[in-house]
Amino acid sequence: MEYKVAYKMPESLSKKQFSYCPGCHHGIVHRLIAEVIDELGIREKTIIIAPVGCSVFAYEFFELDGTVAAHGRALAVATGMKRARPDLVVFTYQGDGDLAAIGTAETIHAANRGERVTTIFINNAIYGMTGGQMAPTTLLGMKTTTSPYGRAAEREGYPIHVCEVLKELRGVAYLARTKVNSPKDVITTKKHIKKAFLAQLKDLGFGLVEVLSTCPTNWGMDPLRAGKWIDEHMVKEYPLGVFVDKVGEEK
Amino acid sequence: MKKIMMKGTEAIGEAAIIAGCRNFFGYPITPQNELTEYMARRLPEVGGCFLQAESEVAAVNMIYGAASVGKRAMTSTSSPGFSLMQEGISYIACAQLPAVFVNVVRGGPGLGDIQPSQGDYFQATKGGGHGDYRLIVLAPSTVQEAVTLTELAFELADKYRNPALILADGLLGQMMEPVEIEEKQVSYDNSSWALTGAKDRPPRKVTSFNIDPYGLEKMNLQLQEKYRKMEQEEPRWEEFQTEDAEILLAAYGTVGRICKSVVKIAREAGLKVGLFRPITLYPYPYSPLEELAKRVSMILTVEMSSGQMLEDVKLAALRLTRIEFYGRMAGVVPTPGEIFEHLMQLVRRR
Repeated sequence: MEYKVAYKMPESLSKKQFSYCPGCHHGIVHRLIAEVIDELGIREKTIIIAPVGCSVFAYEFFELDGTVAAHGRALAVATGMKRARPDLVVFTYQGDGDLAAIGTAETIHAANRGERVTTIFINNAIYGMTGGQMAPTTLLGMKTTTSPYGRAAEREGYPIHVCEVLKELRGVAYLARTKVNSPKDVITTKKHIKKAFLAQLKDLGFGLVEVLSTCPTNWGMDPLRAGKWIDEHMVKEYPLGVFVDKVGEEK
Repeated sequence: MKKIMMKGTEAIGEAAIIAGCRNFFGYPITPQNELTEYMARRLPEVGGCFLQAESEVAAVNMIYGAASVGKRAMTSTSSPGFSLMQEGISYIACAQLPAVFVNVVRGGPGLGDIQPSQGDYFQATKGGGHGDYRLIVLAPSTVQEAVTLTELAFELADKYRNPALILADGLLGQMMEPVEIEEKQVSYDNSSWALTGAKDRPPRKVTSFNIDPYGLEKMNLQLQEKYRKMEQEEPRWEEFQTEDAEILLAAYGTVGRICKSVVKIAREAGLKVGLFRPITLYPYPYSPLEELAKRVSMILTVEMSSGQMLEDVKLAALRLTRIEFYGRMAGVVPTPGEIFEHLMQLVRRR
């Protein structure tokens, strides 16, 4: 009797065990990226650039060639790689502190140049690895170790809306904000990720997917409550949707 | 091979292209703009990539990217810009990536000015960024030598998988001289380590990261082993009229060139003066300087700084001979006449 494989580990994921906390969404997003790379058949020419932060080990979790960029510089590294070897597929995996604070200049200019690279942007409104400090995307009123009285607009400014800023830049070919706290959202997110890679493969421009994610440990919540908190608070500040789509209908 | 008139900065650019460099990422800053502009013009002609980065911080990380996929890459900047690149250079050194940097040094500290200086010697030779690493540092004193050393920089960077730096100054960068640039076929092969996609082999990782201190120490020991090898094999220097010298001038780069004139003036005045001119500032040619120190009554170190290379001269020659220093800072270039005058004062004070 023959069995049909219904579900297996993506070839683009390494066998290494994830180092993430229970309830953290990095693992789900990693798997989705790996599935997309498998489906597009690009594993053997794809390079991952991991950031500084909890996902600093991301380069180990994928069965891909990879590197770790300095904090905030992933898109500059990606630019250098892609310009030197346009035949490679290059993607960065970055958190909110990395992409939207220390790396703001690199993010905006890579997007504006329309670099043919893909970015997966994890927005969990906090610095995870360093122990729960305020991020540029921390919500107003949200308490972190460096905003212990709650983020106040007059003191710390407003949560930065990366997609809304980037959508004005003409080099961007695909831009979407999504979440992965329900099976339906996981399926949607995978479609977004695929299109962000297609923007690169079809030579259209820069592609970025922002994923609203949990940090149960630093939010001080159990995984289920953290998942709900995304719907109750994060989505209200950061509306989901597709902001730019020059890729068109998926084949 | 015919001689052509070229500016120092442009000659460095052409030499890089001859050396097979097809990727240049840079940010405008005076006094090195002619090099960036030359590459912007020339690289597309040879099928290369020129990109003006949004900052020196981005430029150095673009170099990291291009180098990690195995391609020869270069950037050029001047002092404040080179400061901004230090973080990235530390990453490149630890990740063992070959890359070539040009620092056309200007007066500092701070915003300083845009005149020639040698005030970045410490930064170039003693680290600059964080952690235990070294750059290969080459200091040309003529436009022709800038060409030779640029080609050498790419060779050494690949040989040791280490960043190499051309330490120039505004004078050398702006000066026009006749140069010979030989066309040659350059081939290099970084396929054994470069990130090229995990096809028919296990995935490769190029990083400057190891969370395990014993693992990171091992990476550090590899670096140190490499540096010891460089120190054995790569020191380069020029000796000018040292055979019978009783007094030695020690100077590099533009000042090395100026000091050649001082040697001539001194010899005409009947003083047996010679010049020791380090070409590699790291690895520093300590041994030949030590040998010379045993034979001379005085070493006068001359720099366009407050006395930075002076510390390396002391490491080589302390207690072997009298060590003196003359320097101008902030973009002031000393004339042969004033150096000679200072030398005469020192001789009289003996």
